[in-house]
Amino acid sequence: MIPEIGYGALVAALLLALYGTVVAGVGGRTGRAAFVESGQHAALGVFALLTFAFALLTYAFLVFDFSVQYVAANTNRGTPFYYRITAVWGALEGSIILWAWMLSMYTLIVILRHRRHARELYPWVLTVMLSVIAFFLLVMTIPAPPFRRLSPVPADGRGLNPLLEDSGMITHPVALYLGFTGFAVPFAFAMAALITRRVGDAWITTTRRWTIVAWYFLSLGLLIGGWWSYHVLGWGGYWAWDPVENAAFMPWLTGTAFLHSVMIQERRRMLKLWNIALVVLTFSLTLFGTFLTRSGVIASVHAFTQGSIGVFFLAFLAIVVLTALALLALRWDDLRGQGELDAVVSRESMFLLNNVMLVAAAFTVFFGTIFPLLAEATRGVKVSVGAPFFNSVNVPLFLGLIFLMGVGPLIAWRRASFQNLVRNFLWPVIVGIAAAAVFRLLGVASTFAVLALALTVFVVATIAVDFARATRARRRLGERVLPAMGGLLVRHNRRYGGFVIHLGILLVTVGVTGSQAWSVQDELTLRRGESTALAGYRVRFDGLAASEESNHFKVTGTFTVTNGRGRPLVLSPAKKFYPRDQAPIAYVDYRLGLREDVYLVLGDFARDGSQATVKLQVNRLVSWIWLGGVVLTLGTVLAILPERKKAT
Amino acid sequence: MTQRAKLIGGLAVIALALAYMIYAGVTQSAVYFVTPAELKAGAVSGKAYRLGGMVVPGSVKWDPATLDLAFVLSDGAATVPVRHKGTAPDLFGEGRGAVVEGRWTSDGYFKATLIMAKHSEEYRAPHESGGSAYKDLMKTLSGSDAK
Repeated sequence: MIPEIGYGALVAALLLALYGTVVAGVGGRTGRAAFVESGQHAALGVFALLTFAFALLTYAFLVFDFSVQYVAANTNRGTPFYYRITAVWGALEGSIILWAWMLSMYTLIVILRHRRHARELYPWVLTVMLSVIAFFLLVMTIPAPPFRRLSPVPADGRGLNPLLEDSGMITHPVALYLGFTGFAVPFAFAMAALITRRVGDAWITTTRRWTIVAWYFLSLGLLIGGWWSYHVLGWGGYWAWDPVENAAFMPWLTGTAFLHSVMIQERRRMLKLWNIALVVLTFSLTLFGTFLTRSGVIASVHAFTQGSIGVFFLAFLAIVVLTALALLALRWDDLRGQGELDAVVSRESMFLLNNVMLVAAAFTVFFGTIFPLLAEATRGVKVSVGAPFFNSVNVPLFLGLIFLMGVGPLIAWRRASFQNLVRNFLWPVIVGIAAAAVFRLLGVASTFAVLALALTVFVVATIAVDFARATRARRRLGERVLPAMGGLLVRHNRRYGGFVIHLGILLVTVGVTGSQAWSVQDELTLRRGESTALAGYRVRFDGLAASEESNHFKVTGTFTVTNGRGRPLVLSPAKKFYPRDQAPIAYVDYRLGLREDVYLVLGDFARDGSQATVKLQVNRLVSWIWLGGVVLTLGTVLAILPERKKAT
Repeated sequence: MTQRAKLIGGLAVIALALAYMIYAGVTQSAVYFVTPAELKAGAVSGKAYRLGGMVVPGSVKWDPATLDLAFVLSDGAATVPVRHKGTAPDLFGEGRGAVVEGRWTSDGYFKATLIMAKHSEEYRAPHESGGSAYKDLMKTLSGSDAK
């Protein structure tokens, strides 16, 4: 029965979402509250039905209802309990239902928060949100139904892709989709602003927190994806410029640009058109990413099911972009900015430059990702550009962005005088240059590494200068040091939340730089009892052992790692053999450290356990990336706290 | 000069610089996809290629002591000998698809720096012979390992 009930619920939700789209629009057009209210009820109904459908699918996984094709394809009786829950969104159909459910949840929050404010915009926001949900429901009823019946019902399912049996897979898709769907809210507000010709700042101030939250989840999704790649895939890296990664990175770049450019509109009434364009672009890129990865037009290491779903996404993407362009054309006259750029050396222009560079980076990633398609279409050759392309073009852009991260928040609005520049940047520049010299003397060979680290020091110095100056000002009013600092964080939480987020990004920068510049690796075959040395570590191979787990069996190598101080460390990288899978799966073992990680991957081995090939890596500063994620979280929480009114 | 002119000038400079970086990046890091037949037809030694084909059964030679891996890739029309230093990825195997990245050498073999085994989301149906092979492997391991 589950397939039929589930399918029925989704069809009902689709009809209700379509009804709500229309009726809320009529409400917006006529201004009759009864229509808007009816649309609101429809949205609540959609949320209830999607919640029910999602719960039903989860239930089907928990009780192994293999009459549901999707359950049979992604689980089997050996799948451990909590991987049965994550298997719900382990493949295409389930991730679409999760996506739609999150959208309906966001719609619910929009209703709760904004139904009494933003009266003119609200009905249209509802219309846009519901139409996006309706699209996803359409996908779930035609090309990718999660509740397709499988008959005859098999005795056991095929099982989850073993690579997805990892805790990172619980949180990574959830965070990523919360980020993707989160951008639907500012998009809906922007569309509503265009429709109602209220393109002023209301939609931006209303959606500021939404944008930060969406941006945060997207960042978190990317970082957790990197962590999953690092500790599951066993190649020792966290980012490969794979199309799927790029698909998530592009909206992050444009979303970051949007996060900054809204500040100029709030403050200077400039960039109205640009902001709407950016939010449309960001939302479109989340759809484009799905199209790219699910349509099979670009080969990727991420093996996803392919099907007609790509066409649906492409069509919807076209509708979104064309509608937005048409609205922009209709409202062209309303979109003129009131402010003017006064001087090139000013905060406005620094933010503008930041935006240009972020969008340029997004364009580069876009270009590199679709390059194989372009080359095939224009020159008929199969050619692609890999990591060297993305690195060579993006690294200079990112270095420029880090520089601006130091300059932007401190430089004066409108026109920065020479005194203003000296006052803010003299010390940070001196400290930055000194840091570059020190890193050079310490033997950092790569120019990019020296630049990245020196710029990081420069930005930290600007934040320190700002914070120290503000603290001093409060101390003059008679506050003590610590309360003064705490007061600053609370009273100006938005500004200092932003600074903390910047510090998080800097930690990620240091981690990326360090791991690129200083990681070392070796690969060799060791006989039992034999040892090898790498970067101050001695690694001894002690033997192999086999064990049977619930749904696979495992060959584990034991290695003793010593570095002259401290207790010896035993690492046990393994290979997991899933009876139904084509090949074994490496199970990495590692010890994380602030300075460096020791990372072992078991390669080939002799069946009698006499020797094993091992890949041994000492990865430098990688943990700083994950630490950056933690700091990012703190900064986001600080930034979205309600702003306090005037000091007591 | 007005601010607007300065702005447009600045943007033009950035756009040009970006265009140049993209152009240089593409020319330096473009990797061509070829099949064994296409490589045989006109390989330029020293140029970066991605070569895709099937690993010919019986052709894989692996020396754990030196980490030398040699195998032959075929597309049915032609075959290309490939050499690589290091363990192959987990999904690599005889009779399966593989893509290797590297360069054609003048000594008549393809020197691979990276092996990408084709990942398929489809699992093979369980069958007895597979299962017993694993049991056999496990027996060997647990019997001989000094625990």
